[in-house]
Amino acid sequence: MNLTLRVWRQKSANTSGQFVEYKATNVSTDMSFLEMLDVLNEDLIKRGEEQIAFDHDCREGICGMCGLVINGKPHGPLGATTTCQLHMRTFKDGDTITIEPWRASPFPVIKDLVVDRSAFDRIIQSGGYVSVGTGGAPDGNTIPIPKEDADKAMDAAQCIGCGACVAACKNASAMLFVAAKISHLSLLPQGRVEQDMRALNMVAKMDEEGFGNCTNTGSCEAACPKEITLDNIARMNRQYMKALFKSNLS
Amino acid sequence: MNKLLSIKGKRTVTDFHRELGKLMWDNVGMGRTEASLKQTLERIPEIRSEFWENVNVLGEGNDLNPALEHAGRVADFLDFGELLTYDALMREESCGGHFREEYQTEDGEALRNDEKFSHVSAWEFKGTDQYPELNKEPLVYEEIKMSQRSYK
Ligand code: FES
Repeated sequence: MNLTLRVWRQKSANTSGQFVEYKATNVSTDMSFLEMLDVLNEDLIKRGEEQIAFDHDCREGICGMCGLVINGKPHGPLGATTTCQLHMRTFKDGDTITIEPWRASPFPVIKDLVVDRSAFDRIIQSGGYVSVGTGGAPDGNTIPIPKEDADKAMDAAQCIGCGACVAACKNASAMLFVAAKISHLSLLPQGRVEQDMRALNMVAKMDEEGFGNCTNTGSCEAACPKEITLDNIARMNRQYMKALFKSNLS
Repeated sequence: MNKLLSIKGKRTVTDFHRELGKLMWDNVGMGRTEASLKQTLERIPEIRSEFWENVNVLGEGNDLNPALEHAGRVADFLDFGELLTYDALMREESCGGHFREEYQTEDGEALRNDEKFSHVSAWEFKGTDQYPELNKEPLVYEEIKMSQRSYK
């Protein structure tokens, strides 16, 4: 099939960008969205134009590197699908597709479709870990964990940190991301030890990085390729309030 | 980096990457022979010299440049692929997942040569177009005896 692409091109963080129109011809319906861009890039190089920069790594929906706003939606039209796992059969011959980077001030554009998501790394560094000694796998297996907790922790652990939640949110809130990390760790006994400091530090860092607050719109949940749910945000808020009271008492 | 950017040739990095990949897959893959390995050792330097004369890497060196990043990797692969082939050629046995077709048992199983090749080969890169240096780290088993693996 043949497509018209409107792609955001921006030379660097300090220059302004604009949409540039390209024709993608002979696109196979079996291609992934990123493969379609690879082919376009080969064409561009052969014509002496610089290729379109975009992020990618695993190309199997597990690393969180890819992320494009496709026709206004982070990761495109399908639910529970990362950009790398979106296939061209989702589109029709003759379609015009608009491709943009994540838009949020804590994620500045580095080039074209690539944004700087290191703010997420700094949030993780502020508390998204377990530093108590947890022993080896046999030690872990001797601690019984209720099935319901294990399921919830595993669901939260699905988060790949791609940032689609931020891109989808009108407030550029990172609360779904932070809540997923907090839930994933604090629902399990090994992570519970540090849960208060984790909630306080990660929320403070998230604010400091310039992410907005949650107004319960739920667009993050709709955009999330890993179907992280809003109740994680409720759990985070509860934990944060509890930790705040405790720290005020002591 | 500047060298790669200044070549301004006719072929893309991906083009070279694919050519090298196909060569390695066909000749230095799971099944390989002395002839296929020797042919590869002739071919890689040719691809490499064409790469350094005819690759087209656009853009600049100071900002994020995926083409330049890819070109740097393919330049490494060209050296590393050659080193790997040297190793495959000198290891005259079938060992692990790799099958030197000349070295097989009567019923087509991998035939090791523990007398000669009971060692880890740690190659030292000496620069492009230089023969790498082989360091042997002997495999010494104290408690168990080496034997032929069989799934039959
Ligand atoms: S490239 Fe890894 S999730 Fe898409």
